[in-house]
Amino acid sequence: MEKRTSSKGGNTVEGFRKHTGLVVPFDKLNVDTDQVVPKQFLTWSTKDGYGRVLFYDWRYVEGEKPNPDFVLNKPRYQGASILLCRANFGCGSSREHAAWALKGFGFRVLIGTTFADIFYSNCFKNSVLPIRIRQEEIDELFDRAEKTEGYQLAVDLEEQTIAEVNPRGKSGLIFKFDIDRFRRDCMLRGLDDIGLALEFERKILDYEGRHQPAAPLYGPLSFPFTGN
Amino acid sequence: MPSLIYIDRHIVHDISAQAFAGVEAAGRKVRRPDLTLAVVDHTVPTSHRELPILDPHASVLLSSLDRNCREWGIRLFDLKSIFQGIVHIIGPELGFTQPGLTVACGDSHTSTHGAVGALPFGFGVSEVEHILATQCLWRKKSKNMLVRVEGRRARGVTAKDLILAVIGKIGIDGGVGHVIEYAGQAIRDISVEGRMTVCNMSIEGGAISGMIAPDEKTAAYLEGRPFTPRGKQFEDTVASWKDLVSDPGASFNKVVELDAAEIAPQVTWGTNPGMVIGVNGKVPDPGSYADVQDGQATERAIEYMGLRPGMSIEDISIDHVFIGSCANARIEDLRIAASVIEGKKISPHIKQAMVVPGSMLVKAQAEHEGLDKIFKSAGFEWHDAGCSMCVGMNGDLVPSGGRCASTSNRNFEGRQGKGARTHLVSPMMAAAAAIAGHFVDTRGMDVPDAE
Repeated sequence: MEKRTSSKGGNTVEGFRKHTGLVVPFDKLNVDTDQVVPKQFLTWSTKDGYGRVLFYDWRYVEGEKPNPDFVLNKPRYQGASILLCRANFGCGSSREHAAWALKGFGFRVLIGTTFADIFYSNCFKNSVLPIRIRQEEIDELFDRAEKTEGYQLAVDLEEQTIAEVNPRGKSGLIFKFDIDRFRRDCMLRGLDDIGLALEFERKILDYEGRHQPAAPLYGPLSFPFTGN
Repeated sequence: MPSLIYIDRHIVHDISAQAFAGVEAAGRKVRRPDLTLAVVDHTVPTSHRELPILDPHASVLLSSLDRNCREWGIRLFDLKSIFQGIVHIIGPELGFTQPGLTVACGDSHTSTHGAVGALPFGFGVSEVEHILATQCLWRKKSKNMLVRVEGRRARGVTAKDLILAVIGKIGIDGGVGHVIEYAGQAIRDISVEGRMTVCNMSIEGGAISGMIAPDEKTAAYLEGRPFTPRGKQFEDTVASWKDLVSDPGASFNKVVELDAAEIAPQVTWGTNPGMVIGVNGKVPDPGSYADVQDGQATERAIEYMGLRPGMSIEDISIDHVFIGSCANARIEDLRIAASVIEGKKISPHIKQAMVVPGSMLVKAQAEHEGLDKIFKSAGFEWHDAGCSMCVGMNGDLVPSGGRCASTSNRNFEGRQGKGARTHLVSPMMAAAAAIAGHFVDTRGMDVPDAE
């Protein structure tokens, strides 16, 4: 994977063009972000370190020992970087920690039919690519990933394709996927969307100058109490 | 390319450290501190605020918010403020939220503000940073969905029951990609505070946001609030709201209709807000689902919840009660709950029953009306304002295996504590369950109709 940053800090994402990796089928409907990162880790002040706590309550048993029944703990899925999801993955809380944890754990691509809106957007902000495909396609991928040990997919964002990689490195199944052009371009180029917005500084100023004095509501706030 | 939307009001809370750090790391400035308001709610203690914060991480978060607000000149309602409370309670309460404005907050329940006809946006920390730095947000026009609720609610059926019934009908992903407009006689009939409960849970139906057209109730609610313009300015503003309604015959991407008269008090039985049924109903049988995955999800939820298929909802015994959260912790919620329990005691097998007002102003008003005494003499704890047991980040938790009747908005696994079992209900249902020790039908109960 190509890594490129266009500025320090900000919402700069790493550029993302292609990724090939081991696939893990995560066969649960409506996975909410409370499961992806439970609340007790939301008080951290950083964006790092959440990989260890991904799916914490499902992944570990007492004393932070791996739960052998949990899919991510199975030996055949160690090193996986592509997560197959069921519908409405990432629903509930807007916590961006969910995207930080998936990324911290090593996931670069999520493939499903639908994702919850806020989670979907949070993924793009953090260079994790969520791909939406059709129900019959995801069912096919689940089936193959479960049946084939070492099942790998190659994802090409520029071409908008997901291709099967067989053990001899040759491609089999290929799906095309749709994606919003703006999101795709931001990710391909590693764009900082804040920097992009600030390029419209004159227009923002113009809007503030015209719009805010026109109606008292839009202007600076006055609060009739002093202190707090 | 998406549009760059100007944000008229931005509220930040205590889980914002990464956003301020990002602004600083990029050498940027907070563009409009005067359009920004900060408040602490997610991690704050709801009792003994004079003591140090136990969680060292939360303590760092709170002090860094304080430092950032001082540095950038953002008004902060901290733990000592009489205006402190849950973001989505204080926005409308202080008149910070007004019809026709874009309101943004790094929290999925920002949709609450749509109840007064604002257009709310909720999101993650990256967007908080984006708004701090630019006062704008990149957005594509969303799809729209009309949820029309006609008819009259039965007595004892509240705004919470309406929205739970809506979610039960559309499913927890029914609103994905859409902003919902709630309309119809039953929506107009409920109070502005009740409308906040409805809009609050739009995200639980998967929607991006939720809105209700402003009317004379909205004007009466907002008039005189601290941030609301005064006199002629207010009158002019109210006159401009006539444009903030959908045109007759406007087309929507999706239309859902419900009859309020058919809605019973609702109780969730499972581990997402769409797993909900009327109080006279039964826990479903996983075998009854046509879809295999739905059946499996139901089976797993019933197992986690420690229930049996076919069990009557009214036979479910509870041992915890939580009245609070941005869904239901406004003064009307407390009045309704208090009227149910007045002169009664909570059931002896309730281990903990707590009331956490949504803001310190709500708390003060409730105390002025003597509601605190009603709650306390019934056996409830009376707390300071915050998110508390809805999200459990401040140490207010339901123990593993505990079963809670909760007026909050999420019943996910572990939401109120690892292994905790949450049943989402209205404040009236929670109060009635606290007295009975199990769920009971609130229809026909003799309480003053606050709505």
